[in-house]
Amino acid sequence: MLRFLLLFSRQGKLRLQKWFTPVTEREKKKVIREMTLMVLARPPCSCNFLHWRDLKIVYKRYASLYFCCGLEDQDNELLTLEVLHRYVELLDKYFGNVCELDIIFNFEKAYFILDEFLMGGEILETSKTAVGIAMEEAETLQETMEEYMSKPTY
Amino acid sequence: MPAPIRLRELIRTIRTARTQAEEREMIQKECAAIRSSFREEDNTYRCRNVAKLLYMHMLGYPAHFGQLECLKLIASQKFTDKRIGYLGAMLLLDERQDVHLLMTNCIKNDLNHSTQYVQGLALCTLGCMGSSEMCRDLAGEVEKLLKTSNSYLRKKAALCAVHVIRKVPELMEMFLPATKNLLSEKNHGVLHTSVVLLTEMCERSPDMLLHFRKVCLLVPQLVRILKNLIMSGYSPEHDVSGISDPFLQVRILRLLRILGRSDDDSSEAMNDILAQVATNTETSKNVGNAILYETVLTIMDIKSESGLRVLAINILGRFLLNNDKNIRYVALTSLLKTVQTDHNAVQRHRSTIVDCLKDLDVSIKRRAMELSFALVNGNNIRGMMKELLYFLDSCDPEFKADCASGVFLAAEKYAPSKRWHIDTIMRVLTTAGSYVRDDSVPNLIQLITNSVEMHAYTVQRLYKALLDDISQQPLVQVSSWCIGEYGDLLVSGQCEEEEPIQVTEDEVLDVLEGLLVSNLSTPVTRGYSLTAIMKLSTRFSSVNRIKKVVSIYSSSIDVELQQRAVEYNALFKKYDHMRPALLERMPIMEKTASNGPTEIMQTNGETEPSVPDTKHLPLVTQPANQANDLLDLLGGNDVVPVIQTTLPTKPASAGGELLDLLGDLSLTGGPTVVPAPAPSVPVSQPPFLLDGLSSQPLFNDTSAAIPPMTAYSKNGLKIEFTFERANPNPNIAVITIHATNTTEADMTEFVFQAAVPKTFQLQLLSPSSNIVPALNQGSVTQVIRVLNPQKQQLRMRVKLTYTHKGSPVQDLAEVNNFPPQSWQ
Repeated sequence: MLRFLLLFSRQGKLRLQKWFTPVTEREKKKVIREMTLMVLARPPCSCNFLHWRDLKIVYKRYASLYFCCGLEDQDNELLTLEVLHRYVELLDKYFGNVCELDIIFNFEKAYFILDEFLMGGEILETSKTAVGIAMEEAETLQETMEEYMSKPTY
Repeated sequence: MPAPIRLRELIRTIRTARTQAEEREMIQKECAAIRSSFREEDNTYRCRNVAKLLYMHMLGYPAHFGQLECLKLIASQKFTDKRIGYLGAMLLLDERQDVHLLMTNCIKNDLNHSTQYVQGLALCTLGCMGSSEMCRDLAGEVEKLLKTSNSYLRKKAALCAVHVIRKVPELMEMFLPATKNLLSEKNHGVLHTSVVLLTEMCERSPDMLLHFRKVCLLVPQLVRILKNLIMSGYSPEHDVSGISDPFLQVRILRLLRILGRSDDDSSEAMNDILAQVATNTETSKNVGNAILYETVLTIMDIKSESGLRVLAINILGRFLLNNDKNIRYVALTSLLKTVQTDHNAVQRHRSTIVDCLKDLDVSIKRRAMELSFALVNGNNIRGMMKELLYFLDSCDPEFKADCASGVFLAAEKYAPSKRWHIDTIMRVLTTAGSYVRDDSVPNLIQLITNSVEMHAYTVQRLYKALLDDISQQPLVQVSSWCIGEYGDLLVSGQCEEEEPIQVTEDEVLDVLEGLLVSNLSTPVTRGYSLTAIMKLSTRFSSVNRIKKVVSIYSSSIDVELQQRAVEYNALFKKYDHMRPALLERMPIMEKTASNGPTEIMQTNGETEPSVPDTKHLPLVTQPANQANDLLDLLGGNDVVPVIQTTLPTKPASAGGELLDLLGDLSLTGGPTVVPAPAPSVPVSQPPFLLDGLSSQPLFNDTSAAIPPMTAYSKNGLKIEFTFERANPNPNIAVITIHATNTTEADMTEFVFQAAVPKTFQLQLLSPSSNIVPALNQGSVTQVIRVLNPQKQQLRMRVKLTYTHKGSPVQDLAEVNNFPPQSWQ
């Protein structure tokens, strides 16, 4: 299973963090710092895999964003590259030519999409279209401003 | 109260901040506003505020005051609220906070909601961060949803079940019925998550594994699904570069691996499909290689037939030649896993692997290095070592320590000749000397000591290396030790292996003194050099110079150096008669059983730090009341370990008298080197010396009594041997000598020495006194322990010295009349 998934910029600013195991705030900060340092220090044409503590780290750069995740020993690194790619494709489909700004300003959507694709560190849905459909339908459930105001909360 | 600003507005504002301080200020202001809004229990804007809080949390600011608000959002009826609420719960809460349990009821309600997306939110949250208590409470609901026909919910329930099982393994059983028809689903999402669930169950419980294997006949089902995936036509929604649903394929292969492991029937059943996948998968893109990689891992792990295994290794071999770095990396990783079981097959790819040492990528280099060491054997040692030493020269510092250790280990196991071994060590010390691990120094010293015929060559090379560079401490330490030991060979120019160099005693002492004063030398190194200088006092003639050096350091600030110098000074002054024997050549050292860090000698139950050099001085038996300073060297134990020094081919200048003892005692006629224990050397303790060292000789005779014998009787001196068997080790004979004197005058300065043949080992403990009183008024007792692992006939040669009526007496004798029980 994946232990965590991080998105950060070339300057090391965090754009998304998903943790699949319970981790303290302090430990999270530590891991983020270490990942950022390690990945940003890699020369351009190196292989996308690292070894860190007892985990395999897979990272890939898409434009100005680094996608970085921690895997357990049994997981397939090459396939994880495909997982990262699939996530980028899903974001791209949803936002239309996704760029870092989209993820900054719509981070909650990025999380929603991720939650339709992965759960508990495992792949939830392998179909490209199913995730998009789920997002669309869920969106229809989101109340408009008027509906939101008029509906009772509890 | 004006409406709180919108999320995107806030983000935009914060991004305009030019400094960290400015950003912090903005955030604090907004947090204050949000806090007051929370206090007012504002339902309308809670969602917006929590969303903003989550953004600020991502920037690294504390957001714990929003935790309860997330719970309120989850409880709301509005979908927008729930969505943000659950997201907030996943980001801000975890099982460590007690608050999280309040979610349980909400989640339970939402799991039964009429809208599948609400149910989905609940399942997702539970499946990501549900604690054990929550899982226990809600497992029933999850199990229900696992049986629904709604594939959207079913797939989420499956992964939620996986999480529940991970948190509370005992609940695994309850999900078993629901798994019955999971694999007959058409929906890929459900199929994938079902395979994950089945994998989790099989990995955790051997019973489940058996159940799925034998009862549910999972393997044929999986094989069928996999086959369909491969054979089926193009499916746009699952296609990745021409391959249909690679995620599902890989997951199935992984489950097959678990099912086929150590089971012949299952492995047989999946043989064909594995071969098919291995040969037909398109390898031009990463995705195909990902599937091949998983296939190879599966083939290697199950009981596959040899043809399939060869196919797998060849795939890995092809991977090694791939341009893609990632693929080379995984190939090296997999080969590392298989090198133990399929060693020969991997050997075929050795040259490619060695080439990877030159790769630019750090991860690949490391893997290649590990794999190279795994592939070294007696046949390829020379070639491999050449490559590895070249690698050691040029690699990054992070590799040097591991590489150096690896080289030492490999050299020790497979060295084709002693000279090659020493050369290799020299090479490592000179190129990566500062990265060599601390425990290598004693190991190397031991190796050098035991390579008797190479001493001259070794010391010469080490001396030359010292002239070049004194910054690498391990190299300097080993060199100083060798020069101290074999300095005489150095100045006498006796090297056979290469051109002997001309060096004078003064030059050697210059170098050693240089180490003492150099800023580059660590305190440990200084200790080594001082001791080396001291040892040369018996090997060189320039004793005065050495005396001067030693006396200078007796006021050194460094306590260790000072102590050594003071004691060496004492050796020059009061105990000069002992100096030659003390500073003799080291005997051959026995390697301890463990290959780990140097064994530490147990004395009286306390361990001593293994600073090798102080302990390297062999001690001749001395009555306990003499030479107390020297005893302090060993930490003040009341047992003086003794070595019968044995000299290799060239007798040292001093201590020649002891050599004679061993003249022709060896049973096999080889070099008269009796491996005597050197208890003061940390590395070389044969185990038996440690037994019962804390207690005095065992007088409780619990074994069958062995009759005592008279070993020597001459000129009024009679020596009797009595025997016990050391209980812990039946190969050890414990002999107590009783020396008595029938003459009218005392025998003073009585010293008893003994030597045994090659296959034995001997230890003499300290005597009770060194005066044998006249007229049998008392006796001197001393304990000898003899290790006789080969149970050969015990023989001993003894040497007695004493002063009788003012004149020194010396005698040699052989003791052959040991009773058979003492050595059988």
